Amino acid sequence: MSFNLLVLVCLLYVALLFLVAYAAERRAAAGRLGWLRSPLVYTLSLSIYCTAWTFYGAVGYAARSGLEFVTIYLGPTLAMVGWWWFLRKLVRVGRSQRVTSIADLISSRYGKSNALGVLVTLMAVIGTTPYIALQLQSVTLSFAVFAGPGPAGWGRGEPAATAFWVAVGLALFTILFGTRNLDANERHHGVVMAIALEAVVKLAALLAVGVFVVWGLVGGVPEMLARIDSSAVARQPLDSGRWVTLIFLSAVAFVSLPRMFQVLVVENSDERHLAIASWAFPLYLLLISLFVVPIAVFGLAELPAGANPDLFVLTLPLAFDAEGLAMVAFLGGFSSATSMVIVAAIALSTMVSNHVVMPLWLALRGGGASMSGDVRNIVLRARRVSIGAILALGYLYYVFSGGGAALAAIGLISFAGVAQVFPALLGGLFWRGATRVGAAAGLLTGFAIWGYTMFLPSFGDSGPMSARLLAEGPFGIGWLRPQALFGIEGLDPLVHAMFWSMTLNSFAFVLGSLFSFPAPLERLQGAQFVNVFGHSGAARGWSGGVAEAEDLLVMAQRILGAQEAQEMFQAESRRQGREGYLPDVTPDFIERLERELTGSVGAATAHAMLAQTVGGSAVSVQDLMAVADETAQMLEYSSRLEAKSRELARTARQLRDANEKLTALSRQKDAFLSQISHELRTPMSSIRAFSEILLEGADEMSGAELRRYAGIIHEETIRLTRLLDDLLDLSVLEAGRVTLNIAPVQLGTIVQRAVTAAGSGRQARRLRIRLEDSGFGVTLRTDADRLAQVFINLISNAGKYCDAERPELVIRARRRGDRLDVDFVDNGSGIAKCDQEVIFEKFIRLSDQARAGGAGLGLAICHEIMLKLGGRISYLPGQGGTAFRVSIPLVASQGGGAEAASQGAGGSRAAAGR
Amino acid sequence: MGSHILLIEDEPNITEALRYILQREGYRVDTHSDGASALETIRERRPDMVILDVMLPHRSGYDILRDLRAEPTHADLPVMILTARGQDKDRDLATRYGASRFMTKPFSNAEVLATVRELLAR
Repeated sequence: MSFNLLVLVCLLYVALLFLVAYAAERRAAAGRLGWLRSPLVYTLSLSIYCTAWTFYGAVGYAARSGLEFVTIYLGPTLAMVGWWWFLRKLVRVGRSQRVTSIADLISSRYGKSNALGVLVTLMAVIGTTPYIALQLQSVTLSFAVFAGPGPAGWGRGEPAATAFWVAVGLALFTILFGTRNLDANERHHGVVMAIALEAVVKLAALLAVGVFVVWGLVGGVPEMLARIDSSAVARQPLDSGRWVTLIFLSAVAFVSLPRMFQVLVVENSDERHLAIASWAFPLYLLLISLFVVPIAVFGLAELPAGANPDLFVLTLPLAFDAEGLAMVAFLGGFSSATSMVIVAAIALSTMVSNHVVMPLWLALRGGGASMSGDVRNIVLRARRVSIGAILALGYLYYVFSGGGAALAAIGLISFAGVAQVFPALLGGLFWRGATRVGAAAGLLTGFAIWGYTMFLPSFGDSGPMSARLLAEGPFGIGWLRPQALFGIEGLDPLVHAMFWSMTLNSFAFVLGSLFSFPAPLERLQGAQFVNVFGHSGAARGWSGGVAEAEDLLVMAQRILGAQEAQEMFQAESRRQGREGYLPDVTPDFIERLERELTGSVGAATAHAMLAQTVGGSAVSVQDLMAVADETAQMLEYSSRLEAKSRELARTARQLRDANEKLTALSRQKDAFLSQISHELRTPMSSIRAFSEILLEGADEMSGAELRRYAGIIHEETIRLTRLLDDLLDLSVLEAGRVTLNIAPVQLGTIVQRAVTAAGSGRQARRLRIRLEDSGFGVTLRTDADRLAQVFINLISNAGKYCDAERPELVIRARRRGDRLDVDFVDNGSGIAKCDQEVIFEKFIRLSDQARAGGAGLGLAICHEIMLKLGGRISYLPGQGGTAFRVSIPLVASQGGGAEAASQGAGGSRAAAGR
Repeated sequence: MGSHILLIEDEPNITEALRYILQREGYRVDTHSDGASALETIRERRPDMVILDVMLPHRSGYDILRDLRAEPTHADLPVMILTARGQDKDRDLATRYGASRFMTKPFSNAEVLATVRELLAR
């Protein structure tokens, strides 16, 4: 089979993956999740546990060491079934705390400590890099098998080139589908779908090869069994020490591997899926391991003695001229390798960007998260760069390790490395006394011993450890020999390394925890994690915030995106019983916001960013007391009190709001007379003065002077008329006597009309208007004249009041459910929060610039019109400049909707007490 | 050479009308339209008299008047308040802050001129 054909098939397969991922993303974006989020897909996605190591290596493992390979499947099986209590808690904590990675979980549990996050991230990168190299190696090897030893340009330099291009392709795919959206809560639908497909492909491929061997070549099950009986594979002795160690190791790795954590916890969309996966995934493992022994036995017997057993899955079909099947097997291996690398790269890049890049960036900027710059872009860019870097590391490891060692050995080394996180993870979920110091001590100890006894010796005696060091210990100290610590000899190196690293790791963890005192935040987090099933979200880490809601909104928009942030703030506002986009900054709210941000940038970073904005992450005395005495009674009592006091606070706030509004109203009523008098008297002054001037001395004036003064009189009478018109318009609107001409009309038409009409004024010409017209094609059923009146008012206001050097107004429309939001955002200095409340009242002119030429009725009229049209106009804070949002209903029925709207308006007017 | 009058008023058309009638009578007229910098302008230009509007951008004419009277050099400077707010409390406020005269808009040109003449004659 030609090498080119192989490459072509690979490319086609990758194209298919792209297509599947793309389609899944499209479906998810359209909100039709459906089977994208089924337990089946979840179970299949777990199968990234089975990498190329399992696909190719298991057969090699069986050929070399007999049945021992089964341990790699038994571990996860036991974990899924026997550790149900642990996994369920892990998933619950992960979801309730918006955990983005295993490093995030550890960091979050131990007081949102970023140092721990960095530590786990480093361990994960070191532990995963060899594993990625392993996948590159397996793909490269399988390519080489197909290409054969022929002279056709497949020289020594070529494997590295293959590995290079595979790494580049995988980086591309991962970046494309792994860093699409930021909020981990939205998850990676495309990627998960693609790896689910790959799970099916690899299982089908291995089964196909197995069936081919058993029924196609050997001739049936009885014959196969006979062959196995007589084979050396079945007669390998069982080393019980190794078996127990391996089963434990793979079970632990199953939950601590960054990529497994990603699919098991982060991508989990429904806890119930875990229950189904707990039996379905072991079934998958059973199926995929079913034919390992037959293939190994047959391969050993029939293939030439020097053949690499790691590649039997490929070489067997090739040897028996089943090229199509070999191709399927090749794709299976390819699938196993790519899916592992993709998910591992996503998981690691999330860790690197959240725990290394973002904290660095925050520290370097120093100015606080709400200053400027789009944080989303920075996070996404950090992730993309991290993905590239991680794959580059894997590739370099592959090149420098020479691609030599047997597959299984590298896999086990990786497993043992990431397994060091397990004590801190387990302790964090079940032991309130576990502390940050303990976790750090355990992690460092375990990782150091792993490095010393397993990772470094794995490079062989030509690596960093000399043969002498291995044999005699450092400086000839016998009891420090890397593979015989404390003089205990004769243990299998793996058992030895696992025993010492896990024992000392746990020992250091427990001791460190017992002899250190947890910080307040650690206690809070510890309580939330350990008691996740008890009271979710009772403890809180923030005391009364001093941040302005608007500052928080500005920051949240940069991380969550404008729409999500606005919706979240609006919902919170509504929950607090008020209108608009700016809720009160309560500790509760900050807590919720932090959790929301955690989903995007990780716990430690989210906490740090909020701390910068809110000004110190204070844990109040009450919170500490709540942690200290936690009898059920106390909790219930305090939560009752809390509810009461929340209710009181809400009532007080509503009263305060109402009072503020009433005071403002009465002040305005008082101002009303003087206002209207002022508004009428000012133009009349000019009229009177100039008409007197004309009466007295028209004879001596030039024609130009005459025309000019008559022109001023004319202009001022028009201004008077407009004022009277506005007053009349408003009173008609308020009295509800207006008739609307509801007809279908395109939004774009109305906007164009308004822009043209408003563009004729003196100030308006200075204003640059930018239309983001993506939503302008929507057809509305509304009164076009009235809506245009609102738009004209907003545009000419921007022209008059925008105080930027180069005033600019952006008009954009976006559909949100059953309404259309049209935003008018200028680049001026915006409106102060205290003024935002009153701008829709009559005769409110924020600047008393007479040049504005209006009477302060424009926005009040807009407000009334929008009520009549069944929509609303509101001030949109946090946009930089002054911003108004006009919401228009899309589903207004003819006539009826308008009537209902005008009734609603009447109601609200009565409520306002006018 | 006529007396020097500083007109502090933000409505351009009213400014133009007043400037016209005052200049016709031979007065030297300076104009200023912003409340915040009005006090400084008075100190710089040293007018013989000030005509002051109340509803000015950035700072009310009352505040300007109060601060002006606090400065000894300006304790006796003739200041005529010319405002569109004609309620009694406005007049009281103006008097309390030390206005020399209080006139409401719309005004009669002849009356304004008469008042200016009277204030400058003192």
